[in-house]
Amino acid sequence: MNNKTMTKNIRVLINGVVKDNPVFVLLLGMCPALATTSSGINGMSMGLATMFVLICSNIVISTLKNLIPDLVRIPAFIVVIATFVTIVEMVMNAYLPALADSLGIFIPLIVVNCIVLGRAEAFAAKNNVLSSLFDGIGIGLGFTLALTALGLTREFIGTGKMFSVSFFPEDFGMTLFVLAPGAFIALGYLVAIFNKIQRE
Amino acid sequence: MAKLSSTFKNMLLSLFFICLLAAGLLAKVNDMTKEPIADAKALKLEEAIKDVVPDFDNNPVTESYKVATDSGDSLLVYPAKKGEEVVGFAVNSYSDNGFSGNIQVMVGFDMGSNVINYAVLSHAETPGLGSQMTSWFKPQVHESSLIERIFGFEMKKAEVKSSIIGKNPATTQFAVSKDGGDIDAISASTVTSRAFLEAINKAYVAYAQSNDYASTGATINASEDSIEINE
Repeated sequence: MNNKTMTKNIRVLINGVVKDNPVFVLLLGMCPALATTSSGINGMSMGLATMFVLICSNIVISTLKNLIPDLVRIPAFIVVIATFVTIVEMVMNAYLPALADSLGIFIPLIVVNCIVLGRAEAFAAKNNVLSSLFDGIGIGLGFTLALTALGLTREFIGTGKMFSVSFFPEDFGMTLFVLAPGAFIALGYLVAIFNKIQRE
Repeated sequence: MAKLSSTFKNMLLSLFFICLLAAGLLAKVNDMTKEPIADAKALKLEEAIKDVVPDFDNNPVTESYKVATDSGDSLLVYPAKKGEEVVGFAVNSYSDNGFSGNIQVMVGFDMGSNVINYAVLSHAETPGLGSQMTSWFKPQVHESSLIERIFGFEMKKAEVKSSIIGKNPATTQFAVSKDGGDIDAISASTVTSRAFLEAINKAYVAYAQSNDYASTGATINASEDSIEINE
């Protein structure tokens, strides 16, 4: 592989994390981002599950892109994505039952996460396998980092913990941040901070 | 290779083969994970029983039986035995009056009808509020946090009478204090607390009946019903 394609792929990866960050910049995938981030570990596992699906679906779709006629591309993409989501769900139920319990319905809902279908449509269907792999890693990493940051912020303000390590007693936390309204408030501030830093 | 054109035949074949591959792959993964999923479920049940009753050496899951309650349904009771002697009962109880519907709890009683411990098996209560019931009704433990350890002072919680551990439902009123009972409800989650205590009371009724069986020396064998359920 020559250096030029490698630099391009690295740029695709970094773009996914910074310039095209799905949560903080594109504002995609808001449903899992708001609902599953009640703690850092939940946010991170949701991000990793989505990342796995994104990478696999990007690879398969860019491999098959010439075999899928344009008119049926959406159903074909959805079947591919749903297959990987179901695999994640079954494996999680088998080996990480506690985590599967706490993420609940949001694992099957990765199928309708607009990030996954969006990347399949906008990137994997137009680029080669290798760039699609890097795009999957980049966007997935961006999503994971964003969800972990949001989860940690909410967990810290709400319960005084970070990854279950207690910083101050739970009774002095603002329960609001663990609940739904806190998700919106925390996300708003994180988006503002992220965009401010990125612009400078 | 050029992109396939959208003719009817191409579309049909393309979708057919993609679905076929997906189905094959899923069948394979399902086959591989079927056993671990069943094991994980059984393990969760066993852990819950182990948490709520004294040490036992029988298999409560295979010896479980159903006890009818007044409300017309039945609860599963898991007897814990040491040798031939019954040392406690774990009762799988529930309530449908939670803030978000069904709550499943496993409650353990010793032979003197005191609650030994409980474990919440499943619930859909609000995280941060109703979900506190997994520890609220146990004695308060002060977990010292980082800030307290660094600065060497203690940030105390308000005292609450919320623990049901070691109490006897026959002598203690298992209802929230707002309703004239002896147990303090979770702040801002009275509905959840009521539902939780309802489940505990239901479990006590079932326990009282099985305790009668045990003390009269009647042998209780696993009924076919309960075996079916445990599969």
